[in-house]
Amino acid sequence: MEIFEIVTYFVLLLLLSTTVRVVTTSNVIHAAISLVFTLALTAVLFLMLSTEFVALVLVLVYLGAVVVLFLFGIMITRAPLGKNAELDNDQNKKLGALISGSIFFIFSYILVSGFDGEVEITSGTSTELLGEVLLSRFVFPFELVSFVLLAALIGGITLARKDEALIDEDQI
Amino acid sequence: MIVQPVLVVAAALFSLGIYGILVRRNAVMVLLSIELILNSVNINFIMFDTMLSDALMQGQVFTIFIITIAAAEVGIGLAIVLMLFRNRQTANINEFDLMKW
Amino acid sequence: MVNFSINLLAEAKIVYTDGGVLAEFAWTIVVLPFLAALLITFFGKNLPLKGAEIALGTVGYIFLYSSALMFVHVTEGIANEFFINVGTLGSFDIEFGWVVDGLSIMMYFVVGTVALLVFIYATNYMEGEIRYTFFFNSLTLFAGSMLVLVSSPTLIQILIGWELVGVCSYLLIGHYWENKDNSSAAMKAFITNKIADVGLMIGIIILALSSGSLRISEILYQATHDYTAIQNVAFVSGILLFIGAMGKSAQFPLHVWLPDAMAGPTPVSALMHAATMVTAGVYLLARMFPFYKSMASDALDIVMLFGVITLLMAGLVAVVQDDLKKVLAYSTVSQLGYMVAAIGSGAYTAALFHLWTHAFFKALLFLGAGSVIHSVHSNSMLEMGGLRKVMPKTFATFIIGTVALAGLPPFAGFFSKDEILASFNHEGETTFFFIAVLGAFITAFYMTRAVALTFLGEYRGHGHPHESHKMMTTPLLVLAVFAIGSGWANIPGVYTGFTTWVTTRKTPIVEYHPESFDMYALSLGLAAGLLGIALGYYLYQLQGSAETGDEKIKIQPIWTVLENKYYLDNFYFKFVIDPVKITFAKAIDSFNTNVIDRFINGFGQIVSFLGGIVYNNFDQNGIDKLLNLSSTGTDAAGSKVKLLQTGRAQQYLMLFLGGVIVISLLILFII
Repeated sequence: MEIFEIVTYFVLLLLLSTTVRVVTTSNVIHAAISLVFTLALTAVLFLMLSTEFVALVLVLVYLGAVVVLFLFGIMITRAPLGKNAELDNDQNKKLGALISGSIFFIFSYILVSGFDGEVEITSGTSTELLGEVLLSRFVFPFELVSFVLLAALIGGITLARKDEALIDEDQI
Repeated sequence: MIVQPVLVVAAALFSLGIYGILVRRNAVMVLLSIELILNSVNINFIMFDTMLSDALMQGQVFTIFIITIAAAEVGIGLAIVLMLFRNRQTANINEFDLMKW
Repeated sequence: MVNFSINLLAEAKIVYTDGGVLAEFAWTIVVLPFLAALLITFFGKNLPLKGAEIALGTVGYIFLYSSALMFVHVTEGIANEFFINVGTLGSFDIEFGWVVDGLSIMMYFVVGTVALLVFIYATNYMEGEIRYTFFFNSLTLFAGSMLVLVSSPTLIQILIGWELVGVCSYLLIGHYWENKDNSSAAMKAFITNKIADVGLMIGIIILALSSGSLRISEILYQATHDYTAIQNVAFVSGILLFIGAMGKSAQFPLHVWLPDAMAGPTPVSALMHAATMVTAGVYLLARMFPFYKSMASDALDIVMLFGVITLLMAGLVAVVQDDLKKVLAYSTVSQLGYMVAAIGSGAYTAALFHLWTHAFFKALLFLGAGSVIHSVHSNSMLEMGGLRKVMPKTFATFIIGTVALAGLPPFAGFFSKDEILASFNHEGETTFFFIAVLGAFITAFYMTRAVALTFLGEYRGHGHPHESHKMMTTPLLVLAVFAIGSGWANIPGVYTGFTTWVTTRKTPIVEYHPESFDMYALSLGLAAGLLGIALGYYLYQLQGSAETGDEKIKIQPIWTVLENKYYLDNFYFKFVIDPVKITFAKAIDSFNTNVIDRFINGFGQIVSFLGGIVYNNFDQNGIDKLLNLSSTGTDAAGSKVKLLQTGRAQQYLMLFLGGVIVISLLILFII
């Protein structure tokens, strides 16, 4: 086994364990931090696959914005902090385990039976090439996504703001 | 580069995300689990992109889009959760069962 | 050209033809009335005369046809019979048909003539009465039934005709059945006839079995040719047939129905209970006369006895009647007694001759009485009187009828009654002879009484009597002509056409034919008649009984006995009807209520019980529950299923993913 392979396995193992921690811990902050680690490890994986730009985007967007957003959300919704928070729906656990286990089994069966072997990693995708493709071939979805972001922005602000007019309406 | 273990791990991530959605009681935790799912899908896309050596790099492009959309979605989702919290003073999704019979 | 010779005590050599086409189609006069009755039923009400025109057309046709037959018979003589086979019963052939010989043609003519005149009379008499169309329907049916009877060549057809006329009589007597008395009278007539019919039926069965045939001509042939089988049963069957005749022809003691039958409308009384139906018994005896004469002469003696008893008893009761129609009814019974007694003494022609003349003048008397009753609106003679001034035509014709009945020359009754008396005298039946003379006296007496109370004196009633309509008086006038002239058909020593007519049959008749008037009988009969009229006139007109209604000859207790009709009805009620009613009828009624009704009720109860079971178990518990189950089931299922909607998104997602897993597993591993 090559060193590369061992490292890959290691990364995967870490990935699994952090993810498990995300969904099983009873401390919300621990869950959010574990998500950070999961996303970071994913970025590492991407780098190992020579897709640097995506890894960069992931780190920037996810780790820089989304997780922060999550932490803000946790704070604003006054999620009970500390370890003894009852974070799980106990009645759903068994059924949820069953279902997720089945889904894992189905997916892995498909994937394993469909794909096999090893793959050659190319020397590296050129970010330049990706940029070219993104702005020539996929320019339409690119622009649309920017619209979506705008809409999300506006929507988010509208939904979450608290101003005098709204309060007046509530009092009426 | 090994293929199957990565894919299997992606599948495991996916199912763990499902588990998290079904089991977590806090609304924010549910959104967290959704991120996990999206993340696992990203791994899959990149993996396939590497396997196929696509000239158009569609896998990577799509991954970028997913990440972007996920961010937008989290923003909206948290805004909604905020509103819910303002209404009910709780983020326990078991409390939001007005659509029951 | 007629070619015959009549000898004393010898068989007349009768020459006859087969009647040709006229005889061949004589069945039309029998069948047509039934068709006409059907037409009246369906179309009668819509016609202008309400069905009477169909009836009149029918009897008109019968009259014309029978007149034609009569004409041919008088000139040539017909004796023929036709048969139609409708099947076999064991060893017997069931045949219907029609006879065209002297006896039948004479009867056809009587029926046709009297029926036509009565129908014309009834068209006016029954105007405005209830059930007018049905009345003519029944009358037409009756005419047909009588013709069936007198035209029958087999015993079976005689029986059918016999019963048919009985039914028509019931229908017509009970025409005003809304009154209970009338329906009871109809019932009485029917039941009395039915009792007599038992004798008739048994007699017919015995005759048929012993002779092996139902044909009358066959039986008569066997009788006249001394077949032993018939000889053994001759007396018994003769008596039994006479019992049947007793019922129909109102002989003592089965005469009780005839006076009560006067409850029917007067045209009915005139047609049925004077001229036609009541003569059916005499007709039967006349038809079977060769049989009686050859083999059952002892039976004839009994026949004669009953006839004589009847004529005397009925005549006496007629004296005390206050109802005009009842007088005529008892008079009819008495005259029928004469006819039956004549046959009993062996005088075939005399009996039929009396039947012939009696039909005309009795019908005349009844129609005249009807005219009076129609005008005075009452049957009782006590409310009449002095009607000769306002109803001259009725008065004149009634007088003619009375005189004919009393037996004064040259009116019809004289000749016929004289022949009967002569026959009694010739046979040496002295007692019966004198009784018959006494009967003639009584007849004249009560008829004069009736005339005096009705037409003479002054009017005692409260209405405004007037002469009847032309349609009613014209038949009276025609019948008066017949009442005078019909007796001239058989004048001994001068012209005896009638004898020839009625003896022209396939089976020769052996009887005594007088060559001239029997002066002894004639004088006694004439004297009796004149005496009766004189006494009646004296008591009722001269003594003023007609005006005051006070009858000085009411000698008690004879008058009471006569008024109560010898308590015969009471006797019947006590010893015949009550035993049947109280024991038999009650027993059957209790059997009916307790056994049969309980049986049927039991069925009903079983059915209702089963129905209850089915209702409760199947319907209520089973089917209803099943239906309710569908609704409660749906309700229950719904209330269980709705619990799926918890409103919790995680559980929805679990269900959704569960479905996805199941489908993917299915696709992966099974399909």
